[in-house]
Amino acid sequence: MKIRNYWNLRDWGAGIWERANRPKRIAIALTSIFLVGLLPFAGASFLATPIAAYDAVLVYPVGIFVLMALGLNIVVGKSGMLDLGYVAFFAIGAYTMALMGTHTGLNTWEIMPFGIGFAMLAGVLLGLPTLRLRGDYLAIVTLGFGEIVRLVVLNSSWSKGPNGIANVPMPPDIGPLKFKLDDQKVFFWVVVTMILLTIWMIRRLSVRRPGRAWEAIRQDEDAAELMGVPTLKYKIWSFTLGAAVGGAAGVLYASKNLFIAPEMFTLNVSILILSCVVFGGIGNIWGVVVGATILGYLPDRIRFISDARLLVFGTVLVVVMNFRPDGLLPRKKREKAIVKKEVNA
Amino acid sequence: MRLEIKDLHVHYGKIEAIKGISVVVNEGEIVTLIGANGAGKTTTLKTISGLRKVTSGAIIFDGQDISNVPAHERVDLGISQAPEGRGIFPGMTVLENLEMGKFHRKNRKAEMSEDLDKVYTLFPRLKERVAQAGGTLSGGEQQMLAIGRALMSRPKVLLLDEPSMGLAPQMIANIFRIITEINKTGVTILLVEQNAQQALQRAHRAYILETGNVVKEAKASDLLNDPAVREAYLGTGAHS
Repeated sequence: MKIRNYWNLRDWGAGIWERANRPKRIAIALTSIFLVGLLPFAGASFLATPIAAYDAVLVYPVGIFVLMALGLNIVVGKSGMLDLGYVAFFAIGAYTMALMGTHTGLNTWEIMPFGIGFAMLAGVLLGLPTLRLRGDYLAIVTLGFGEIVRLVVLNSSWSKGPNGIANVPMPPDIGPLKFKLDDQKVFFWVVVTMILLTIWMIRRLSVRRPGRAWEAIRQDEDAAELMGVPTLKYKIWSFTLGAAVGGAAGVLYASKNLFIAPEMFTLNVSILILSCVVFGGIGNIWGVVVGATILGYLPDRIRFISDARLLVFGTVLVVVMNFRPDGLLPRKKREKAIVKKEVNA
Repeated sequence: MRLEIKDLHVHYGKIEAIKGISVVVNEGEIVTLIGANGAGKTTTLKTISGLRKVTSGAIIFDGQDISNVPAHERVDLGISQAPEGRGIFPGMTVLENLEMGKFHRKNRKAEMSEDLDKVYTLFPRLKERVAQAGGTLSGGEQQMLAIGRALMSRPKVLLLDEPSMGLAPQMIANIFRIITEINKTGVTILLVEQNAQQALQRAHRAYILETGNVVKEAKASDLLNDPAVREAYLGTGAHS
């Protein structure tokens, strides 16, 4: 007897996708993107956030959180390395944007490659000595790295220390699309585009050799090495790609916020992004997207209960993780499948 | 000779696990390392495959010192290992596990089906289970998968770390029969075993390890009849 599990949204979604042919898939994808693109217009509905502006909430925290969670998922979900200092790459991207934007006259799109580049460079420099470590040790080192980056910008004169950097330029208009502070639809569409690019990149890599290598490293690193997988190389690649996404998010964040300060890049951010990944379903792109959306959106949606807000937020986290310990949309767990037959030697 | 270990020393931190071992493995042989827990058998294998660093001494493979070659490149040279505890990828299917067997392939398509056929001939059971996740196989099937996966890289030397671990007696006999069969196809085998009885019956030569030292080296059949060895490793009531 087969009991259909209505809570298994992942299989339900995957089923629809698998049964669809190519034109149907394109139609589904385009419709979804179109609907997501319309989200900023839904400000008058039940989705509206009290106090904070709805379209701004969609960009930050929601959009940026999704982007960062996807980046962190490459590191934590795909190759199984616990990174507790992910905020460092976000900070590096943001400070690249702020410093270059105020000093060089380059615009956001021109600075973007630099922000991504510096974040990747930091990823390689941190990764080379530390990725030989595993598990808890790696977590501690990355946690330290996150704090080092924050303390450096807090105590340096070039970063204006705790005062932060103001007057970061907004992105230049793209044709008729104008970036405005009081109407952040265009920012949202830019974030969505970046999210889509990231998802596309992850999906491409996942079905190819890097994806296989990461999967093998996650499941048994020694065995992967014995099979001829250059594990250190692939771990650094995974780390660096995660850093690149974090850096890109940082550049956009600085350019949207117009002001950045060290207190925006605390350990809390790293932990919150990691929570997004775990809450949504570690290793599953769509789980991560859903998780980050909820964790980004919820605190602003319930802002009207002011003081009890974080209590409710925490309770939701605990309750959901209790009922769905693998996240809202967990990755496919084949190792648990019960297809075992009677075995006789 | 295929593989030679010269005065090998290996440390875990400050503790010396291997205290100057020398082992020779000739082309086409089955050589076994036997010994009690903590004798350094697994460490020796891990050092040959590159998972542990050499403190001093040399590992010579086909006349070349490979002590400083990274583990993943030793696979391409022709050293392949089925690790202790099998080390299969539990979330990958049997086929995916086998495909992982050799990560670097120049001519992927042509080689792959040939190597898969070879493995399926040795282990028909794996063919029945191609689409099943590695983690859901029985212990014996997992061991077959580990050995099959190691064979995918067309090794010159196959390192086997306790293939009998945790298996039913009948399955152990089966695995050892297949090990002999693999050897007959020209693969040199270095076998680490606690099940000295089976190992000595199948091997050509054997080394006995005790706390990081080789205490005895002889033809396997001689050791099988050596009273001291029978006493220490085969149990007094052992029947051969």
